[in-house]
Amino acid sequence: MKFDTPAGINPIDRMAVVGKPHDRVDGARKVTGTAPYAYERHDVVPDALYGFILGAAIAKGRITGIDTAHAQAMPGVRAIVTYQNAGKLTLGSKNTAKLLAGPEVEHYHQAVALVVADSFEKARAAAAAIHVDYGRAAGHFDLAAAAKSAKSDGGEDEDGSKSPPIDRIGDFAGAFAAAPVTLDATYTTPDEAHAMMEPFATTAAWTGDALTVWTANQMIAWTREDLATTLGLPKDKVRVDSPFVGGGFGGKLFLRADAVLAALGAKATGRPVKIAMQRPLMFNNSTHRPATIQRIRLGADRSGKLTAIAHECTSGNLPGGSPETATDQTKLLYAAPNRLTAQHLAVLDLPEGNAMRAPGEASGLMALEIAMDEMAEKLGMDPVEFRIINDTQVDPEKPERPFSQRQLIKCLRDGAATFGWSARDARPGRRRDGDHLIGLGVASAFRNNINFKSAARVRLGRDGVVTVETDMTDIGTGSYTIIAQTAAEMMGVGIDRVVVRLGDSDFPVSAGSGGQWGANSSTSGVYAACVKLREAVAARLGFNAPDPDFIDGHVRSGNRSVALADAAKDGDLVAEDTMSWSGLSRKYQQSTFGAHFVEVAVDAYTGEIRVRRMLAVCAAGRILNPKTARSQVIGAMTMGVGGALMEELVVDKRFGFFVNHDLAGYEVPVHADIPHQEVVFLDEADDKVSPMKAKGVGELGLCGVGAAIANAVYNATGVRIRDYPLTLDKHLDWLPTV
Amino acid sequence: MAITGASDARTVPPAPPVATMPVSLEINGRRHDLRLDPRTTLLDTLRDHLHLTGTKKGCDHGQCGACTVIVNGQRINSCLSLALQHDSDKVTTIEGLGQPDHLHPMQAAFVKHDGFQCGYCTPGQICSAVAVLAEIKAGIPSHVSPDLAALMHPTNAELRERMSGNICRCGAYSNIVEAIADVAGAVA
Repeated sequence: MKFDTPAGINPIDRMAVVGKPHDRVDGARKVTGTAPYAYERHDVVPDALYGFILGAAIAKGRITGIDTAHAQAMPGVRAIVTYQNAGKLTLGSKNTAKLLAGPEVEHYHQAVALVVADSFEKARAAAAAIHVDYGRAAGHFDLAAAAKSAKSDGGEDEDGSKSPPIDRIGDFAGAFAAAPVTLDATYTTPDEAHAMMEPFATTAAWTGDALTVWTANQMIAWTREDLATTLGLPKDKVRVDSPFVGGGFGGKLFLRADAVLAALGAKATGRPVKIAMQRPLMFNNSTHRPATIQRIRLGADRSGKLTAIAHECTSGNLPGGSPETATDQTKLLYAAPNRLTAQHLAVLDLPEGNAMRAPGEASGLMALEIAMDEMAEKLGMDPVEFRIINDTQVDPEKPERPFSQRQLIKCLRDGAATFGWSARDARPGRRRDGDHLIGLGVASAFRNNINFKSAARVRLGRDGVVTVETDMTDIGTGSYTIIAQTAAEMMGVGIDRVVVRLGDSDFPVSAGSGGQWGANSSTSGVYAACVKLREAVAARLGFNAPDPDFIDGHVRSGNRSVALADAAKDGDLVAEDTMSWSGLSRKYQQSTFGAHFVEVAVDAYTGEIRVRRMLAVCAAGRILNPKTARSQVIGAMTMGVGGALMEELVVDKRFGFFVNHDLAGYEVPVHADIPHQEVVFLDEADDKVSPMKAKGVGELGLCGVGAAIANAVYNATGVRIRDYPLTLDKHLDWLPTV
Repeated sequence: MAITGASDARTVPPAPPVATMPVSLEINGRRHDLRLDPRTTLLDTLRDHLHLTGTKKGCDHGQCGACTVIVNGQRINSCLSLALQHDSDKVTTIEGLGQPDHLHPMQAAFVKHDGFQCGYCTPGQICSAVAVLAEIKAGIPSHVSPDLAALMHPTNAELRERMSGNICRCGAYSNIVEAIADVAGAVA
């Protein structure tokens, strides 16, 4: 099915199941620990050996020797895999750095060896007994220093096409010079880690020349393809299965070392092998959100109308890597006739930078939305009103393209009313509560909507049960539940009559989980398959009228009503289809919007920052399940607290690695950091995006939160911090006198 | 693709085999007599030797809380102790609290309040939450308790403080605390 014209009325609009806050269908399994994750597949692989990965001890250079003899002689060791015996490995299309080093080392903790042994303890001990000699080479590890030689690189648009490195509309320089009120400020965001709770993990087993990996992965088809490429196998000899994924946030979008090395270890030993990457290896072995340096210039007339916007971003990556596209939202968020966005990419020899939840916008809004706060203050305007008067209903670069739906103003206004924004004193440092300085902050949230081709197979069984199969993943997002709701709505059955099977490359290829495209795309694929199944059911039951109703387990048209299950009494009915998109996203800019409101308390003596209240108002099309969607948003708000106040991969600029590479050193929010969170979804249905009329929320909730917190801290203290995270050392010396 | 032999053919005499030691554990009411490599953590014993994989390994360093189990009534990070330290101990894991067809009230509350997303930290959160309510009932104070000698109450601040050893990167904290408060209210 092709989606190329706006959706009309369809069975989803009934919203008898879709749109309801249904408990997760996989909930009971998760709360009892009976949902099997990748390392736990005793059910299908009862006799796996244990793999343990050794990471490189240098950031750049060459392996000059590997002595495995002592390790090989240790008890229980079955195999040691290094570049010397792994055979030819080809770099996957989505990997920048190789997943097994040798002889070159491209980054610190790049895998150099795998030990396979008959217990975890033995494998770990033997890995420690491998001696590797390195020839260390000089590398570039300091973004600020490398920025001077950074090249222009626009990165990629969502459709995969190259973005221009510099985007100019009107005459930015002239307008900025002429503007009576201007801001020119530079902001920095640090490298951040996904730090999902489940480590990279894979159980691999060979049957003859065919490989199965039970792994933790967001994008089954990408990973199947890249695993086949890496190992030099035909794609049809590789099966990837990932029914439960313990968090990803972009870290599990791609093939990683655990999957490749488990496959190699299993080949070497002739036995299944399982690996869960040790936590201290994860931060430097895998990908991270790259640090940015962002310069923002804003010019406005005295009424507060922006006349000039410029946003330039510099990030770094390994050779062949991509830039952090932190200027993306600035092309679309606010009106102004004169605009400039530019991106620069420096070469760094740190671990590979790549997508982390809301890549681009998360970092970009951390800067842009502080700049908007600063500009509002310069203009003497309320920051909510300043954003509202600079709203645009069309793509500012291509005014002939309207937004498919854009309720940013309503998000801001409703949020301000709900949060009690009018209580904010625009003069910072004025509100006190005992020893604490109290501040309120706001930021706009913006994240583009992306649709990806997505397929599903739907089966009606003799028992009337509808089974959905698609390689879509549920990384905590609630895919199982919204797909069950979609199939139940389409086939007119209760959600308890639907079985959803996900994450297996034997199933039709879905959009996968990333870029907040998963919910809308994958349910649209299920919609398409269900439309076909409805046709097959109607034909089997002899309904001549077009489009009979499917409701309450029956198929109805006029006076005739037949039990749905009757259609399968002579055998299962199976339908498969793919939803694909064309045209509408060129005609209409499709984005999601929101407004974040935050109250913080800053200890007037110590500078410690605590978040007291958080509210997000989101406009993101139809909300397929308000309970799981809300969870996505509060989770993203929590990650935003981390980004604002504590998360930072600290770079050792001498030796080129992230120093704080475990969960004690890389701090993420804990219970004590997070107050009760409020989320409001505006009532929307966007007919330009899909028959589901839904968009994503999983990343929207992160976009802007950090800046809302930073703005609240400024409102509390009067000290403007432009370098994330906002740790107390950055404002302690300048706090108001107590 | 070809895998050849060991990457280094130099011969080193084989090391002596690893000695194992006996340990007896009572897990979810059932006694297990095991012989283990003394390096085996309680966590790996549960997951790899007894196939009780509900208890999760997130960091293996006592930093994340995903491996929380209840030993003799107290919650611990099972990655931070060796199985041999627990001879004759009574261990309750997530599997011992409830099963999908008969959930423990805390498990049911987590489902109702959507106190999880990916589910990986969830068993640890739930074991911790059950133990937290017992700690409060027993009058054990925390860092945020206003009066160390007074009766403890499951306030929002107490729950958040006491649960802070269990990281949830999906960020379900707000819902988790509501689930625990729901159970605490029902208990009170």
